[in-house]
Amino acid sequence: MAWNLNSDRPIYAQILERIQMQIVSGVYQPGTKIPSVRELAADAGVNPNTMQKALAELERSGLVMTQRTSGRVVTEDLNMIKEIRNQLAGEQVKEFVKKMKDLGFDREDIIDLLTKETGGESA
Amino acid sequence: MSELVEIRNLTKVYDKKKTALNGLNLTLPRGRIIGLLGPNGSGKTTLIKIMNGLLTPTEGEVLVGGEKPGPVTKAHISYLPERTYLSAGKKVSELLAFFEDFYEDFRPERAREMLASLSIDENAKIKTLSKGTREKVQLILVMSRDADLFVLDEPIAGVDPAARDYIIRTIITNYNENATVLLSTHLISDIENILDEVVFLKEGNLVLQATVEEIREQKGKSVDAYFREVFAC
Repeated sequence: MAWNLNSDRPIYAQILERIQMQIVSGVYQPGTKIPSVRELAADAGVNPNTMQKALAELERSGLVMTQRTSGRVVTEDLNMIKEIRNQLAGEQVKEFVKKMKDLGFDREDIIDLLTKETGGESA
Repeated sequence: MSELVEIRNLTKVYDKKKTALNGLNLTLPRGRIIGLLGPNGSGKTTLIKIMNGLLTPTEGEVLVGGEKPGPVTKAHISYLPERTYLSAGKKVSELLAFFEDFYEDFRPERAREMLASLSIDENAKIKTLSKGTREKVQLILVMSRDADLFVLDEPIAGVDPAARDYIIRTIITNYNENATVLLSTHLISDIENILDEVVFLKEGNLVLQATVEEIREQKGKSVDAYFREVFAC
């Protein structure tokens, strides 16, 4: 199924990350409604209780809110979205740097490679 | 609310010598999708048949909603047997009418909608359909009831992967929050994402009852991988 869930980690954590990513990247715009638990569960091919757990966790973090009439909506707090975006980016960078160090690259090498990769002139 | 299914000291011995279930104790709550897993000959189908009143236990009992298997429980349990029982000469539409007569909780509009999405012709006779399509028809009939308990014996074994995805979505979207789905399968990796919990049987004994997330958190592996470890030959 389309969500490509990893088989050795808890499912709810993976769903949570995925929805977070969709909010941060603008698939779900601030203030708009997100699909129901059932719809999301069917789309992801996961148990509705697991989806419910992931959404409850997102609600606790404040990224989504429950509205009486229209189900769950994405927060309109752009700062919060930005903060989470930075946080996710930070995790990626950390992991990248760790892998590069494992491969034997030092700080200069990494910066050099990154500059090249992103289209800049290398030192 | 009490547990939906209570299984107490359930024992089944065939021909006074072959023990299929060996003093099994198990409770199944409402509102869950539960995988009944175990190697061949572990007692899965025997358990399912006793729950549906097709076999009588040698000892112990099964209670569904507080009742022993019988007409009352059958009105609330939707059962998909391992082998099809649909009359080959009947049309799909005749089977819809039959289920509508037979089960008060049957929802023909739901069945029609699913038949249409899988492009199955209602006017086709069962014997003209492929094996996989027959299995789909039977599962559609079974899932179109508003039952409290769905007992599915190997529901996805004979169908192609695309239809398998559709069937899994069908199970997710069709059971209501108070209903429980108990399904036996060998195809664990295809189905483990939709399960709340799993029950492992081995030689008629309960080996493990745990949630899928517990297994992943505690063992750091999928249910499929863990099953292979527990039942390694």
